[in-house]
Order: sequence, then structure tokens, then C-alpha cells
Amino acid sequence: MDPRVAAAWALLPDYLGQHVLVSASSLVLGLAVSLPLAVAASRSAALRWPTLAAASLVQTIPGLALLALFYPLLLALSALSRTLFGHGFAALGFLPSLLALSLYSMLPILRNGVAGLTGVDPAVVEAAKGVGMTDRQRLFTVELPLAAPVIMAGVRTAAVWTIGAATLATPVGQTSLGNYIFSGLQTENWVFVLFGCAASAGLALIADQLLGLIESGLAKRRRWRVATGAIGLAIGTLVALTPLVGVGGGQARYTIGAKNFTEQYILADLIADRLEAEGAVVSRKDDLGSSIAYDALKAGEIDAYVDYSGTLWANVLKRTDNPGRAAVLAELTRTLKARDGVVVLGSLGFEDAYALAMRRSQAEALHIRTLDDLAAHAGQLTLGADLEFLSRPEWRSVREAYGLAFKRQVQYQPTFMYRALESGQVDVISAFSSDGRIAADDLVLLADPRQALPPYDAVLLVSPKRAADPKLVAALRPLVGAISLTEMQRANLSVDRDKASPAQAAKILATQLDQQVGARLH
Amino acid sequence: MAGPIIELKDVVKRYGALAAVNGVSLSIEAGSFVALLGGSGSGKTTALKTINGLVAADAGEVRVEGKLAASQPGWALRRRIGYVFQEIGLFPHLTVAENIGVGPKLAGWRPAEIAARVQDLLELVALPQDVAGRLPGALSGGQRQRVGVARALAAKPAIMLMDEPFGALDPVTRDALSRDYRALHEHLGLTTLMVTHDVWEALLLADRIVVLSEGRVLADASPAVLLAGHPDARVRALMDTPRRQAERVRALEAGGA
Repeated sequence: MDPRVAAAWALLPDYLGQHVLVSASSLVLGLAVSLPLAVAASRSAALRWPTLAAASLVQTIPGLALLALFYPLLLALSALSRTLFGHGFAALGFLPSLLALSLYSMLPILRNGVAGLTGVDPAVVEAAKGVGMTDRQRLFTVELPLAAPVIMAGVRTAAVWTIGAATLATPVGQTSLGNYIFSGLQTENWVFVLFGCAASAGLALIADQLLGLIESGLAKRRRWRVATGAIGLAIGTLVALTPLVGVGGGQARYTIGAKNFTEQYILADLIADRLEAEGAVVSRKDDLGSSIAYDALKAGEIDAYVDYSGTLWANVLKRTDNPGRAAVLAELTRTLKARDGVVVLGSLGFEDAYALAMRRSQAEALHIRTLDDLAAHAGQLTLGADLEFLSRPEWRSVREAYGLAFKRQVQYQPTFMYRALESGQVDVISAFSSDGRIAADDLVLLADPRQALPPYDAVLLVSPKRAADPKLVAALRPLVGAISLTEMQRANLSVDRDKASPAQAAKILATQLDQQVGARLH
Repeated sequence: MAGPIIELKDVVKRYGALAAVNGVSLSIEAGSFVALLGGSGSGKTTALKTINGLVAADAGEVRVEGKLAASQPGWALRRRIGYVFQEIGLFPHLTVAENIGVGPKLAGWRPAEIAARVQDLLELVALPQDVAGRLPGALSGGQRQRVGVARALAAKPAIMLMDEPFGALDPVTRDALSRDYRALHEHLGLTTLMVTHDVWEALLLADRIVVLSEGRVLADASPAVLLAGHPDARVRALMDTPRRQAERVRALEAGGA
């Protein structure tokens, strides 16, 4: 078997289990809310329009945005609850996914519920009243049974939507089959992307078929069909959830975070391997958005991750000045500890700076070496940026410092940003200096003589909760100052272009570290 | 008998500006068979529904078995009154036996009692026992309305309200069913109030005919008295129709002999 397929299979029990957990819970919650709402809306015309309009409105919000919006909301609620009741809750992962996906599942259930209930033959309703049924008795013995096939059809649609949308829960920290897709996209591992799509589609198809069996059983009054569908769903759910049970009883459990790019996956794997070697149980939250990762660490939802000094400087401290590499690091260490209780354990030893990059051939043809040179030509050039660069404060300061005005600006997922530069669709990109593709694609990084961009030392951060955890600190301390830029670039390239998995790259990096330690000892 | 079993006093029901029932008073003795006769829009159905609470009167008083209808929950009132209407409204997801058993079940009868009652009722409305397990969809129109009548009678009500009960049936079935019902009415000692727009039906079935027009009572008398003549021209015109038809039939028979 292809090693990438084997790697995908190995992850399936966890990803599938989590995916089933979050989509099944969301569906149950969505059903529990929308069914009573559908009953109320079917009985009151005044309630019907606003309810359906609200549900339709939710549906128009892109799934990813809806998931993302629940994070700050829950974070604020968690902070409120901490002030009021002394303890907060996890604003990342399961909860925002559950709420967003439940909301998402409501429209088809509501719409079909109202249609089914208002569609019951008025003569039958009249007869139910005529024999002396109360409203409740009429609902349960006549209206719901008669509307059941239509309602079930809505549940079916909701299930398919929810299972599909659950792949988008990955960026808010909920493991799902989307992990294949997001990390595959990032590392150009198309086997993973395809595997994730197929697994999610297969799951949706199976759920749809089983619910369809229940639906037709209700419509044709075949009890065995309803029973077969229900039992199939129950068994399927239980089997999928089994791998999630009984993980990490008693042992210390650590959660390592990673943002959504290759270097982050490799470093998170490196940290996780070291902790596991110490006998700890480690779980991962991958593909976190840039500011989500820091907030999650502050809140203790992840215990450690790697961030970059310039990113924290600009986005967390909101600073735009540039006092130099050492001063930035020192001030960050002091302020983050004092303000948020977050410990900056130290720099890993390399910088992953934002830098504008061009193809060497074009840069030489235009005689562009620095951002000052670039400013003169920018009007004829197209900038390709990653998804967040254009909204970051660093871009504002670079743009203002050099008076950069490009002909056009396009945003890409990083993998495609490099591809776009390579193919000539864009002329300049917001590159990362530790990216192996800079050397591989023969790109040049443009100098920043006005120092508009802050330094971006890769730094190890530890959550306030685990700041004094000896096992964690012992596992991480040896990484400080241990990784050179070349080593990181090579590791990144092995994943981005040579199709190694981040885990493999992390193993190779670890071996190199051990050799260095060995060499130092000799 | 101490007073009427059903009593309406100056009952008014408005829908917006329209008074569907505009001051109707009626007093019905136990055991009588009364037809509420009128064209469409006469208010006959609305008046009927004020009796079992499916329509709440805006003004006036409705008393059933001496008690104010408005003083009790509608469902409680309706459990004591049989109700049959043109569209029948059998529960399509329940078998014939389950349909008939709904009322007794609501009243808390034991399953064995319900089963026995269903058997009796099928016999009473002249349906074969083997329809008990079928769904309503598998029955003919006439059979369905027989089940409708059986369902209305199941919890042993003293009063039956019928809204054009046989209006949707073909003439032969309709005649058979209405004669069977009239016999049941006698046999069970029921009080029946039947809404109809069909003068013939009213004449042939009822002991007393109440003619309604634009929400008011135009006439209230026995069929014989109404046929003999009435001061209101509209009532006379109404009664003329069956008379002319009967004369025509007689003439045809005489000519053919």
C-alpha cells in the first residue's frame, strides 16, 4: 500500500469517530430544538414566517464562517462564566462545532416539519377534534405520525448537510474527517484530500440510506424497515465511537496546538513525540487560525504550541515599532507572562519571517533587490498573499513604509500561492523565510532596509495552566535554540514537495537533534 | 325529562363583518331527530358546531344536557357528543378497528372492552367483521361513512351531530345509509341534529325541520306542518320543490300505467 494511504488509514478510527460524534450530536441537538419549533410554527402563522426566515438566514452564512463566529462568542461566554461561577469552559473544539452545526441542521427539519404538519388533511384534524382529543393527543396520535415521512425526509437532508459541513470543524479545533482535507491541502498530499472527501461522502451516503429506510418505513407503515434503519444507525454510531472510548485513563494528558501550515505540523509532531517518549498521552489540535491558537493557549485549551515573535508582537501586543530581534523577544517574554500568564520558553533557533519573494529571473530582469526597488515597479506587478497576510498589521506597515501599490492583489491558500508564483500568475508573494520552497523554486527574498517587518523568531509557548509542569518543560527545554533555519527549511521541503508526512519529517528532525546533542557531548 | 337536552339562546357567531349565525334560538328534546335545513351560507353548519364547541359563539348561550358549553373544555364536551361530517376524516394511518376505538380509548376503556365494542358497532352499521384490520384507504365511500358513524357512536354518546353526513355518496348508497341510520337512532334512543341542504332528506328523516337563512331561523316545525303551508314565501318555495317533484313522479306513473 502507498505509505500515504497507509497513513490515512491509520488516522481513520480517530477522525471518523470524532466526525461521527460531532455530527450525530449536532443532529440530535438540532432535532431537539427544531422539532418543537416546527410544531409551534405550524400552529401559529405569526411565528411561522420569522422562524423559517431566521433558519434560512443561518443557512446563507458560509459554514466555515458560522463555525468561526462561535469561537469568540463562546470565549466571551466562558470568560463571563469564569467571573460569575469561578470556572469557564472550552471555547474551542467540540462546543463551537456542535452549536454551529446544530444551527446549520435546523432549516431542513424546520421546513419539512412545518410542511408536514400543516399538510395534514384538515378533515382528519377536524375528526381528531370531533372525537375529543386534546391538542397534545391530536399532535402525538394523529399529526406527528402522519407528518413523520415528510419530517424524516428533512432529517435526511439535515444529516447529509451536517456530515458534509462537519469537515469544516477542523479549523476551530474539532478533529474531523476535515483534518485529512485541510492538512492534505496544506502539504500537497492529494491522497489525504481525496481520502477525506471519500470518507465524508461515504459516511453521508450510509447515513442517508439508513435514514431513507426509516423514512420509507414510516411512509409505507413497514415497521421492520424503521427498525432496520434505526438499529443500523445505532450500531454504526456505536462502532464509529468505540475508538474514542478509554483513551488516556489516569495519565497526564497534553494537548499540542498547530496552526495551519507544514512547519507547524512538523513542530507539533516533534513536541508530541518527545512528550510521548516521556510516557505522556498527547492529543492534537491542528489547523488553528493564527489568533485562535494564542487565545486557546491562554485559555488552557492547548498546552503548548510554536508561534512567531513578530506575529505575537503585531497581533497580540498590537505593536508596530521594531526595536530589534532581542528586544522584541525580551519584551514578549515579559509582557505575555505578566499579562496572560503565558510562558515564552525560548526561541527554537530560526526565524520564519514574512518576506516578500519573487522569481529570481524576474527580480534580476527588473533589478529588484529590496522593497524600495519593488515599490518602483509594484504598479505593474501582481501580489499573491496567503489568506491572512493582507489583513495583518505587518502588511499595513510594509505598505506604508515603502508606499507599495500593486496592480492587483490575490489571496491563496499557501500551497497554491507558491504554485501561482511558479506559474507566473503572480509576480510577488508573501513568503515565509523558513519555507523550503524558496530555495527549491529559486526565489529571492527582498530585503527590508527600513525594517518595516518585525523579526519572526519561532518561539515555544506554554499555557498558564502548564507553566510549571515539569514533564512538559523538561520535554520542550532541549528544543530551545536547537533548530537551524536550514534544518527547518529542509524538513518543510521534504513535506511540501517530497511527499513525506509531517510525522516522518519530525522524526528526521529529531534524529538530527540527537546527533547534535551527541556531538556537543563529545 | 327535565328540560331540553340541547338549548341555544340568541346565539351569534361573526366572521369579520359577516354574522354567520345571527341570533339563533333552539330547544331540542331528548330523543328527537331534527334537521337543520338551509342553503350554503345559511349558517347551519356554524350553528351545529357551536353545540360541540368546534365553533365558539360570540354571544348567546349554548347548553348541552343542561350545562353551559362554554364552561367546559371543548375536548371534554366533544367526548360526550358524536360527530359525523361529509369528509368523514378517518385517520388514514389507523385500522378501521383503531379508528372506531379512538373515542373509547380516550375515555379510558380497557382494550378488551374496546375490542368487544368495535365488534358490536361493525354489526350495528352493517359492516363485515373482516374490515376491522383494514386501513380506511381500502374501503369504499359508503363503507367509510359507516365506519365514521360507528366511530361517532363508539363512546356511547346520547347526542349525534351530523353535518351533511351522506352528501358525498351516490343516491343508492345514500338512501340505504340514511335509512339504516334512522333505524339506529330509534334503536339506541339517540338525539340527532342533522345539517342538510337537501329538502328531501330533511322530509324523509327528520321529526322536525328548522329552516335557516342568513343566520336566522325562518321556520321550525314538523315536516307535515311545513308541507301544509307557511307564512314565509321563501319557506313555501322551498317546500314546493319536493311537492312538484312528487306530483311529476305520480303523473309519470299514471301515464305509464
